[in-house]
Amino acid sequence: MKKLLILSSAIIVCLSAFKSSDGDKIPSATVKKLDGSTTNSSTFVNAGKPMIISFWATWCKPCKKELDAINEEYAELVKETGVKLIAISIDDARSSGKVVTDVKVKGWTYEVYIDENQDFKRAMNVNNVPHTFLVDGDGKIVWSHNSYAEGDEEKLFENVRKLAKGEKLSH
Amino acid sequence: MTLKLSSKLLFSFFIILVFNSSFAQIKDELGSIHGNFQIDAANYERDTIINADPGSEVFRYNAFGNINYQKGGFTAGVRYESYNPPLLGYLPGYKGSGVPYRFARYTHKDIDITVGNFYEQFGSGISLRAYENRGLLYDNALDGMRVIFTPKKGIILKGLVGKQRTYFSLSPGVVRGFDGEINLMDVFDSILGKSKTKIILGGSFVSKFQQDQNPTLVLPENVGNSAGRVTIIRGGFNFNAEYAYKINDPSYQNKYSYKPGHAIIASASYGMDGFSLMFSGKMLDNMSFRSDRDAQNTIDMINYQPDFSKFHTYSLMAYYPYATQPNGEVGGTGELQYKFKKGSLLGGKYGMDITINGSAYYGIDTIGIAAISDTLNNFKYSTNYGGVGEEYYHDFNIEITKKLSKKLKFTVMYANQFLNQSIVQFNTPDKEEHPDITSHIGVLDVIWRYKTGSAIRFETQGFFGSYDYKEHKYDDNGEKNITNNTGSWASALIEWTPNTHWSITVADQYNYNNPVISKRVHYYFGMIGYTNGPTRVSLSYGRQRQGIFCAGGVCRFVPASSGLSISISSSF
Repeated sequence: MKKLLILSSAIIVCLSAFKSSDGDKIPSATVKKLDGSTTNSSTFVNAGKPMIISFWATWCKPCKKELDAINEEYAELVKETGVKLIAISIDDARSSGKVVTDVKVKGWTYEVYIDENQDFKRAMNVNNVPHTFLVDGDGKIVWSHNSYAEGDEEKLFENVRKLAKGEKLSH
Repeated sequence: MTLKLSSKLLFSFFIILVFNSSFAQIKDELGSIHGNFQIDAANYERDTIINADPGSEVFRYNAFGNINYQKGGFTAGVRYESYNPPLLGYLPGYKGSGVPYRFARYTHKDIDITVGNFYEQFGSGISLRAYENRGLLYDNALDGMRVIFTPKKGIILKGLVGKQRTYFSLSPGVVRGFDGEINLMDVFDSILGKSKTKIILGGSFVSKFQQDQNPTLVLPENVGNSAGRVTIIRGGFNFNAEYAYKINDPSYQNKYSYKPGHAIIASASYGMDGFSLMFSGKMLDNMSFRSDRDAQNTIDMINYQPDFSKFHTYSLMAYYPYATQPNGEVGGTGELQYKFKKGSLLGGKYGMDITINGSAYYGIDTIGIAAISDTLNNFKYSTNYGGVGEEYYHDFNIEITKKLSKKLKFTVMYANQFLNQSIVQFNTPDKEEHPDITSHIGVLDVIWRYKTGSAIRFETQGFFGSYDYKEHKYDDNGEKNITNNTGSWASALIEWTPNTHWSITVADQYNYNNPVISKRVHYYFGMIGYTNGPTRVSLSYGRQRQGIFCAGGVCRFVPASSGLSISISSSF
């Protein structure tokens, strides 16, 4: 147990150093659109405005809670900041058929893609869903957050507003 | 974990730290380094009341770390994994440490080449699917090479060859595959570009080679699996279907039957604002396809036979889950979702969501054939494609979510499940020990957001099971050990999230009417979680009851356990 603690603290120290490496471009991976055609993640753009990239799955309750919570304020937030949300489903053949029905029934107006082979998930180093990223107007990934607890979307909105004003973010 | 290993790890992290911080400034020229890791460790205790016995190795962990380097179209990466030994419930074959995953990939315009390890899926996965699920410790990555060629928008061609990962080594068989997909609207843009209907056609051929070293049977050394698929999308309407045919492939899984395999998988859905309907159906007959014909458990699976039944997240609903039966099954799942609009009678001020879902799965209808010769023509059965066999599973689920005010929201759910446990989970006709189970399960989940960023969640569940076993006699103390009849359960959970960083959970599951009186015990559990950006740390203590977890059509049994667990995950 002691060794484990040493190891974990070493990792956390390293991590804080790695924070400096934030600010990379969106990596390239092939994802599927809901109309069945494919596209590359490196082409995600929002004309100089911030973007939210959210990894989710139809079987993931917290993911859907998060996307629902964002959806309630989304129209206003778009108006205010010009933000765009890109929802990446990691559903496999078992449930990928449910992605389109879930999106429609929930009335989400997000840009939705399916990452069936999880190439984009790996490229973005996502361990577990939900995992949400913020991309600034220059297309650099500047913030990320794993898991969802009730009210987490408030922090996300705050960060989106900061980004829209060109301010720096902190975790 | 030995001290030597810890210091090695510390050293490598130190190197990465120095490397990263000094190069952070000039990383644009040098490319970027990213990665993630996760450690799950547990210190188990012997707990005779719930039958938890970790043996002499009480400290166990699963750990992995990925490091990826990217510069332009070039990517390379490694994953280090360590299990000394793995956590309880994972395949003991994973014991050890190593680098089972490393790759280099180059993408330029229409070509994409990978050497080393890679994951891939053709169509729905019925012909080939190499994937990882780290939580379940399922990883059948291929080690070899893959080329993806996109000659024109709308056409994707893939070719690959490799051996599959088997714990820390490779499977004896070689897998070779080819897949082509054409999106008609993209390819014939000038004629069909304006069409509202999208049609995508695909086909694949996968073959495996494994030497026949069996002294009695004459086994096919090359086994081919071919599949064709179609996707049609128009407005809110979606249709997908795939058919696969596999030549004779005697294996441990199919009891060395020479019968060829067939599969049909289809799903249709319609969705519009506030309403959706979906149906998925399948017929699988002898479609288990592994790169080692003698493999057992969840290793060396080349293809993926999806299970469409509802994926449950509430623990008591997932107590007796269904899983695709690799030797054959027929059935389907349907789901309807409806959203009562804001301001409607049932919708109230904030609307109301309802989901109704049901499934039914049966064995295939087989007719036994007396083996003419056990060496050459050992078909063992023929299939009546017009009928169905023994019932395996059915369920009916209804879930309602409603927001009462800005602060209060609840979900209620009811499920009725039937499970042919002896066949689905234990692959035996013995119904004495593994009776059929019919259960009614209810869940109430309430969230109270008492102020911005702070919430309390309360969840209660009840599992009321009836076990269809023939007469069983208990001794006077009620001590006869019928492990698979646990009676009924009740559970309660409170989760407090004071702010976006912390969460505290306490829970109890009570097996209140186990037929064995001494087993009517509480499974208490407590957890503290801390999240900061991409980093999550959690510490938990308590009992976990035995259960079944399923992946890729094969289930694994997780024994009861008790003790302290820590989980750390992050990415950079």
